[in-house]
Amino acid sequence: MKANYGYKDGSGEYFITIDTDKCNCCEECVKVCPAGVLEMVANDFDIEADDMPAVTEKERWKIKYTCAPCKPVDKESTPPCMEACKEDAIEHSW
Amino acid sequence: MEKKESEYWRWKEYAWKAPELNWEDFEIITAGVDIGSVSSQAVIMGDGELYAYANMRTGSDSPESARNAMDWALKDTGMSLDKIRYVVGTGYGRVNVPFANKAITEIACHARGANWMYGPSVRTVLDMGGQDCKAIRCDERGKVTAFLMNDKCAAGTGRGMEVFADLLGVHIQDIGELSFDIDEEPPEVSSTCVVFAKAEASQLLREGWPKNKVIAAYCAAMAHRVFTLIERLGMEKEFAITGGIAKNVGVVKRIERELKIEALKTEKDTQIAGAVGGALFGKTLVEKGKG
Amino acid sequence: MKVAGVDVGAKFVKVILMDDGNVLAKSSKLVGFEQKKSIDDAFQEALGKAGVKEEDIGYITATGSGRTAVHFKTDELTEVTAASKGATMLVPSARTVIDVGAEEGRAMHTDADGKVLDFVINERCAAGAGSFTEAMARALEIEVEEIGPLSLKSTEAVPMNAQCAVFAESEVVTLVHQKTSKENIARAIHDAIASRISSMARRLSIEQDIVLVGGMANNVGFVESLKRELNMDVTIPEDPEYVAALGAARVASARAGGVS
Repeated sequence: MKANYGYKDGSGEYFITIDTDKCNCCEECVKVCPAGVLEMVANDFDIEADDMPAVTEKERWKIKYTCAPCKPVDKESTPPCMEACKEDAIEHSW
Repeated sequence: MEKKESEYWRWKEYAWKAPELNWEDFEIITAGVDIGSVSSQAVIMGDGELYAYANMRTGSDSPESARNAMDWALKDTGMSLDKIRYVVGTGYGRVNVPFANKAITEIACHARGANWMYGPSVRTVLDMGGQDCKAIRCDERGKVTAFLMNDKCAAGTGRGMEVFADLLGVHIQDIGELSFDIDEEPPEVSSTCVVFAKAEASQLLREGWPKNKVIAAYCAAMAHRVFTLIERLGMEKEFAITGGIAKNVGVVKRIERELKIEALKTEKDTQIAGAVGGALFGKTLVEKGKG
Repeated sequence: MKVAGVDVGAKFVKVILMDDGNVLAKSSKLVGFEQKKSIDDAFQEALGKAGVKEEDIGYITATGSGRTAVHFKTDELTEVTAASKGATMLVPSARTVIDVGAEEGRAMHTDADGKVLDFVINERCAAGAGSFTEAMARALEIEVEEIGPLSLKSTEAVPMNAQCAVFAESEVVTLVHQKTSKENIARAIHDAIASRISSMARRLSIEQDIVLVGGMANNVGFVESLKRELNMDVTIPEDPEYVAALGAARVASARAGGVS
């Protein structure tokens, strides 16, 4: 499943996509995020599955702002959550 | 008596019960309670069949809203809450349903509910709620394969439409019809943001645009916004819309026009899809012995 | 040579007349029903104040979201450059310029000459611009001018969750019902927008001094919140709402061959 957390407002699209089929539930992304944007939650979509990472409900509304420090405009860089993911299961849309 | 201007957004609350069904004939009775930010629904199902429901505005207190909706759904059934084997809470206030056995995210519930409401051919569900908008892809069993939610921004939500109804002094249930009472389709309002769109609409009215034309321009803008969300997720046939905005033809027809596809139609109340999904999950859990 | 900078914003038109780097006159008009008329009125008023004839103005540079509507302009300038040029003219040590207007917020990293090195913009979303405060003042049922001073009298920080101006309005109404004081709500409103503006600015490598310009710089409540969010001092130049017009006039001077 591709879980897209975030929003689109007048200024643009801000989504963090977690591909739960690729995700191995290692929790590394949750640990490295300096802003506490991610958390492990029960997988409501598949009752048999392990807990999965998700963007916290509080942060879903403002990732454009919260994630800003990990996205400097003057140099190319990969946010730590994406960097930490061995399975390439996390993507940022912006 | 003249109605207060601030009441234009108000929609009718109501309850329903299947006239030919009797709860005593059911083996497993389950319920889904969907506490949204704007509306709340309690749905009671017997062996997977819709038995009774209530649809009302969410109050300032979620547990109380949940109780009120459930009491109302039960009112004409002659049965009591303790006859319900399993209650699933869903929606924004899902953890605040005091009598729920389990809380399940509304995304999963809406997909399951849409699968029941529109049949197993549904692959893409658009749920347009009061304060959010969700695009969901699912398989033939109503299991989610991808989703996207937008609950930060009022554009493309029922709340955005309410603000507009208030601005124009038009009752919210009339907006859809009025938006087609125009000579030709106007260009859409260019601002996505509801605050800016409101300013833009006021300017158009001052410039002499008839009210209906402004309504059409706004419905078109809302449709376009939702279209871009679906585009991001990817569209697969069949397509269905749930939630309160599904009742607004002005938005629905314009979404269909942009997507170049017709949405499945239903006689059922599109606002109860989430609660129905919850009740169906409840049944599954009981059958699996987890209830 | 006498030149003019015209900044057509979402709410106000601002005009600056300049001669050899000296400001001759400034004038501002609310953008009303007819944008063109507001532009003409502001320009004529500035000419009147300076006692200068229209034909004596040798070069006119227009900026702002409505800059194309300035029919008498010589050329145009982006808001990003205009604000940087204006801010560095008033505060030569400025290296980060934050500009918050009615409908847009932006931040620029600049050199001493006002040349923009990097910038970020937030546009088309009211939550990150002055319109947010205006909508919240309405929800609080107070004048927009009152909200800044009110905010300074707050006694505690109350969190605001909504990130959309429309949802925030409902949240303000709820806070009022819960008997939260208007002072504390005013601060919550300014903290919320200041947090968004500072996060936006943090995408730049923030170098001091920081200068805040645009209409929101006149809001003392917002300025306090922004200083707190950035945890750095922020300089407010005189008449901050005229800074982009000033920058446009400065560029007009340079383009006309005068002093830059």
